[in-house]
Amino acid sequence: MSAITRKEVEHVANLARLQLTEEEAERYTKDLNAILDFAAKLNELDTSQVQPTSHATDVKNVMREDVNRPSLPIAEVLKNAPDHEDDQFKVPAVFE
Amino acid sequence: MSLFDKRLSEIHSALRAKELSVTDLVQASVASIKEHDDQIKSVLEVDEEGALAHARKLDEQLVKGEELGLLYGLPAGLKDNMVTKGIRTTCASKFLSNYDPVYDGTVSQKVKEAGSVIVAKLNMDEFAMGGSNENSGFFPTKNPWNTDYVPGGSSGGSAAAMAARHFYYTLGSDTGGSIRQPAAFCGVVGLKPTYGRVSRFGLVAFASSLDQIGPITKNVEDAAYVLQAIAGHDAYDSTSANVEVPDFLSSLTGDVKGLRIGVPKELIGEGIDSEVRDAVLAALKQLESLGATWSEVSMPHTEYAVPAYYLLASSEASSNLARFDGVRYGVRADNADNLIELYKESRSQGFGPEVKRRIMLGTYALSSGYYDAYYKKAQQVRTLIIQDFNNIFADFDVILHPTTPTTAFKIGEKVDDPVKMYLEDICTVPVNLAGLPAISVPCGFAKSGLPIGLQIVGKAFDESTVLRVAHAYEQSVGHHLRKPEWVRG
Repeated sequence: MSAITRKEVEHVANLARLQLTEEEAERYTKDLNAILDFAAKLNELDTSQVQPTSHATDVKNVMREDVNRPSLPIAEVLKNAPDHEDDQFKVPAVFE
Repeated sequence: MSLFDKRLSEIHSALRAKELSVTDLVQASVASIKEHDDQIKSVLEVDEEGALAHARKLDEQLVKGEELGLLYGLPAGLKDNMVTKGIRTTCASKFLSNYDPVYDGTVSQKVKEAGSVIVAKLNMDEFAMGGSNENSGFFPTKNPWNTDYVPGGSSGGSAAAMAARHFYYTLGSDTGGSIRQPAAFCGVVGLKPTYGRVSRFGLVAFASSLDQIGPITKNVEDAAYVLQAIAGHDAYDSTSANVEVPDFLSSLTGDVKGLRIGVPKELIGEGIDSEVRDAVLAALKQLESLGATWSEVSMPHTEYAVPAYYLLASSEASSNLARFDGVRYGVRADNADNLIELYKESRSQGFGPEVKRRIMLGTYALSSGYYDAYYKKAQQVRTLIIQDFNNIFADFDVILHPTTPTTAFKIGEKVDDPVKMYLEDICTVPVNLAGLPAISVPCGFAKSGLPIGLQIVGKAFDESTVLRVAHAYEQSVGHHLRKPEWVRG
């Protein structure tokens, strides 16, 4: 598998909503390459006939009745918010 | 002897006889933290006021003659990724340094309902990512047996605090070995239950298909009590298993006659330190003398478990940690002009280097064009590892091998090499990939004086056998009775 480039690292950081410093971008390019090299070991195995496992136990979709239940008071919900106004979370303007 | 070395039945007799109060127990816990935790830094937050108020209530319960819970009066420390109402919960991350939960997680609630008092929240690798506690966003915890060494991780605070007897028991969480490995490094017992046995509601998610809460204790009996109290189906966790919870205490019979033990050659040979191997072989001899039999078996896909685990766990983490956006809770960067910048700046300032590294790895493994090569491939290898276990369990009752390839390593020794650090997890991650129950019990000490852990792995939902074998072994050898010299009593 091809190595991950500095440019790809910056692309991935953007997808992950991380702002990397110059040093971090360099560091993670090196680290991710080392880790992906290590992960390439999996290619020694032929898995073409193997089903993927997402969960080890056989829990299926769990459904429940859609009924009203008491929820947290709004003051509690907003208690940990960095900023709020009129019972809503407040963020910088999305549109100009 | 420290109060917390006593058996639960002794504590309860003393409480009933009014020779002891819950307040005494909580005060002993707080005093131990205040006097001794500076040496090991296992505690992030002590709720002295809340714990004493809770203790007084429990003392009144006894006076009124009300029925007492299973864990009545026992002071506990919880890993700081378990949500506790009114007690700051940080996951040892700067991002959550101000997070004050408005609800209790199911496990926090269950231990309280069983009469236990939550005294403190314990240090860990940030968001449970790490095996040394060096990734705590606040300060590293140190090994109580030798403070130049790591306590293991990510539940390093929980294991170190237990070795120091700050509490009667502690709780940790285990995604790739995070209960068992620090328990082995700190000379205490650590149990990872079957995936789904204990509710994850209120456990801040790292890798949802792998995470599981479990007890860290001074002996196996205590682990059985705590598991009894926290196990069970929970409507708030759709992955919690709707299966019967057996009486774990009654499984502690001391009888292992006829037990069939499989020992994977991949986890006892090359790569395992010779002192660790010798201690585990001695444990096998001990179990043989008690009437068990063992044979060497093979888990041919063992060498693929660590890379598969890191791809899967990091992928799940990258998705789970998307919720830390600086909008609803946590720390918000104050230098952002727009929403995207607010996300980026808050996350970049709040997360430490290992958390960022894993988010990056996971995002990459899930990204378009790489999903099949990394994420799906790792899921397929997960299937092969599960098959390795199934093949062995067709003929054996338990699988036994070291908890870790070596004893605890020095602080700083592996921080610069993530792959080397990840390889430390070879003996623990296969169990998480297969969702099985496993325990680490002390099985001796290296010449350095550092403890060695023996791991016993069971079939899904067969914690009873795991506990029975661990208990029979432990009681016949007594390695668990040894404590670091500076720990009182």
